[in-house]
Amino acid sequence: MELKTKIHAEEGKSDLMITREFDLPAELVFRAHVEPELFEQWMSHEYGTVKVVKFESRRHGSWEFENAGPDGTVVFRANGTIHEFVPNRKITRTFEMDGSPFDVQLEFLEFEELTEDTSRLTIHSVYRSVQLRDQMLKRPFAAGLSMAHDRLQNVIGKLKQETTK
Amino acid sequence: MNLRRDVFQAIADPTRRAILVLVASQSMTAGAIAANFDTARPTVSKHLQILTECELLDQEQKGREVYYQLNPKKMKEIADFIEPFRKMWDDRFNKLEAVMKKYRK
Repeated sequence: MELKTKIHAEEGKSDLMITREFDLPAELVFRAHVEPELFEQWMSHEYGTVKVVKFESRRHGSWEFENAGPDGTVVFRANGTIHEFVPNRKITRTFEMDGSPFDVQLEFLEFEELTEDTSRLTIHSVYRSVQLRDQMLKRPFAAGLSMAHDRLQNVIGKLKQETTK
Repeated sequence: MNLRRDVFQAIADPTRRAILVLVASQSMTAGAIAANFDTARPTVSKHLQILTECELLDQEQKGREVYYQLNPKKMKEIADFIEPFRKMWDDRFNKLEAVMKKYRK
């Protein structure tokens, strides 16, 4: 199936663009980004539960959330400050992952109405360096590789056990 | 071959991207490719050389002419590298859509 999300990341640049069209009015996509209980719902998945610690949805407000693994231990925390807050239109904010090698990044979220029931979200993320951006882009790719590697190790481990029996 | 040159550097250049688009549908000679650009022929040759070194283009000798064609395997490698990142966001946004549909009037 064709993915509805587009990523634009030019080589040698320290920023990237994420674009997605929704079968939702811009207002609802915006709400999903500012109301803690909604944000927690769509950001959580089988490997991690997102819990909002603080969500001050206003100019100069700050935000923080934590992501807990299946056993409940916090895997990482992320936080930032809001610089611009235009309801249903735009959020400019910083994003920082606690204790990660990634420096703080700047994010511009723009919510655009296409029709009454459809909208487009554009996230423009600016990193401190080209290397950091590329590292971030490769993270899910690397995670996929290491997961595949783990699975392989598991299979090999089982095979070994069976042959030594 | 310059080992520091990687495929991502190769596709960073707009002319080189245009060349890839051109040869995507049919194999072409250097002359036929150059005819599509205002840039000098040696510049186009240089671009072709870089794309070939990075294995994005394959060369094929047909009679006296060398034809360039796209190496789909290498192209797929580039697309795949960013794909998990895109998939992660797509999954998130699909969920956002599912959650928020309940609130539609």
